[in-house]
Amino acid sequence: MQYWQFSETAYPDLPDPDSYHSIRVTLPNGVIDPERAAALWDRYIREWQVADECGLNVMVNEHHSTATCMNAVAPVVAGVLARVTSRARILVLGNPVANRPDPVRIAEEMALVDVLSHGRLEVGFVRGVPYEIAATNTKPFRMSERMWEAIELITRAWTTHDGPFSWEGEFFHHRQVNIWPRPYQQPTPPVWVTAVNPGSAARVADHDYRLGTFLAGFEGTRAVFQAYRDRCAETGKPAPGDERFGYAALVYTGRTDEEGLDGARQLLWYLHSNKVATEFLYPPGYTPYPVRAAGLRAHAEVHDPALLRGQGGTATKDLASMSLEELIEQGIVFAGSPSTVAGQIERFHEHVGGFGNLLIMGQAGHMSHEDAVRGIRRFAEDVVPRLDRVTDGVTV
Amino acid sequence: MQTLDLVDAGSGVEFGGGVHLDTRVAGSGDRVALVLPGAERSVEDIAFLDALAEEFSVVAPSHPGFGRSPRPDWCTSVDDLAYIYLEWLDRSALTDVTLVGLQFGGWVAMEMAVRSCARISRLVLVDSLGVKLGGPLDRDVVDLFATPHVELDRRLYADANRGLGELGRAPEQDVLEVVRNEEALVTYGWEPYLHNPRLLHWTWRIGVPTTVIWGDRDGIVQPDHGRGLAERIPGARFELVRDAGHRPQVECPEDVARLIAKFAA
Repeated sequence: MQYWQFSETAYPDLPDPDSYHSIRVTLPNGVIDPERAAALWDRYIREWQVADECGLNVMVNEHHSTATCMNAVAPVVAGVLARVTSRARILVLGNPVANRPDPVRIAEEMALVDVLSHGRLEVGFVRGVPYEIAATNTKPFRMSERMWEAIELITRAWTTHDGPFSWEGEFFHHRQVNIWPRPYQQPTPPVWVTAVNPGSAARVADHDYRLGTFLAGFEGTRAVFQAYRDRCAETGKPAPGDERFGYAALVYTGRTDEEGLDGARQLLWYLHSNKVATEFLYPPGYTPYPVRAAGLRAHAEVHDPALLRGQGGTATKDLASMSLEELIEQGIVFAGSPSTVAGQIERFHEHVGGFGNLLIMGQAGHMSHEDAVRGIRRFAEDVVPRLDRVTDGVTV
Repeated sequence: MQTLDLVDAGSGVEFGGGVHLDTRVAGSGDRVALVLPGAERSVEDIAFLDALAEEFSVVAPSHPGFGRSPRPDWCTSVDDLAYIYLEWLDRSALTDVTLVGLQFGGWVAMEMAVRSCARISRLVLVDSLGVKLGGPLDRDVVDLFATPHVELDRRLYADANRGLGELGRAPEQDVLEVVRNEEALVTYGWEPYLHNPRLLHWTWRIGVPTTVIWGDRDGIVQPDHGRGLAERIPGARFELVRDAGHRPQVECPEDVARLIAKFAA
């Protein structure tokens, strides 16, 4: 099992939520104190360095126009981590390729970070959550098609070494593609694609890419991983190894169960602070229109349309309305003492048919640097050895 | 999951390019009015179409992707819509058609008229989208996709009660139609936003008498935008409809129909 320390690098010092309409898209950036933001970045980078020192890997993502995530440019931060960490593999999960106008630029960014890190980069591609639409002015229509065309162009740019090729597709045009530098890893860095519902897994499997899924719990995750495994079987491929699968959960490990649960309560900031206006949660075209209609009508019940049953998701209610105990029961939070956390992850591992990558959301909101570091170290020192004994036998 | 029952080759009217559309036909006069709607629910236009049918044979399709009209995959631009209706005009062999474009349909009507007025004798634009008159910092058209539906009701109608209100309490079929229409607007008009930057360079080609009608309380596109549009179409007249929002044909159907009939007389 590989472990990836991940933080969304929030700016948590916000006014009363009743005073703003949406934490995403419209909250004015005048809220930010530039000195405070710089200090927060210092500590967030330091936390990734601690993970590296402890033998964990690191993961970054990006979001736009939101206080929940100050990383608006994942390649920049990945480039920093390439130089301030030494052993960790660096996962960008991911590049929101459907929201970016120029995939060749993304190919260049990732190739450069791969070189800067001497081949420690893993490159994820995501379609982007619905509230990124307004923030990036992306047409929310045929986005999956746009994402896959971008991925094909990027991977071709990485693997073509005999001079320019021409690309004139449905969404992207670039007549002289010949990126410098080429990636350090050959033929390419490992590629990840996220999927939140089983319907999206087949295409990821067809490309032999790694699949990451977020906060989907026991049943949702099992369904997505199984769809990937089924697709491999259908197409006559060997059974995929555990390294193909990644799962992101909120994770906090304390000395005792109580300390672990206290840490986890702080992580719930992500769920409780994600006040998103309906118009940004349900952009037209992002989902098929009947799904959007159902989402708009049922908005009070399920907060994230990606998790709606009609989308293949299994959510029956909003994560934000669940108690910590329910979230642990559902496999969305792993928290407690080292043996408790190891037991929770082991049970999850078994339930979903095995997975080789745990993406650890281990810092959130107002959690102090000291608490974040304690959680990272405790996990690395006391949970990893327990899990390695259990999960390594399963890894192909 | 509930969906809308779309028309097919059997139940729809064939326009150009093999496209079959859900179409309301009313009236029986010699004069034909082709009415191109906006993103309102089709039932909202019935009173207007009936009033217009007292003077015209009215043909009112839902555009591909709107209401109960299917949209072929290739049909993704307002150009496509313009050619679909121009083809229908050519096949009809009519030469005296009054072309009425409502809101989004006004954009389609202008794209048709700059291409050919051979079969069009009059053009009526009602709170039309399609052109941008302001600078980069001006929002000529409210960002429909960044505005809560309840606020849209207030901006679309002088009387907000004409909107669906809280969608959680609105009839499911009505919500489905609104949502499908919004997806179609995204398909045709996401960027540049609900306009064609080239169109203003060609409005001089609109060679038929034109009336621009606007709701005096349009909260989506201000009446001054309508005045500016009228100034850019040779000889166009501008008429304001009182106590109407962005969809005057819904709120003041007789008034709009009367203006069109008077204009065409």
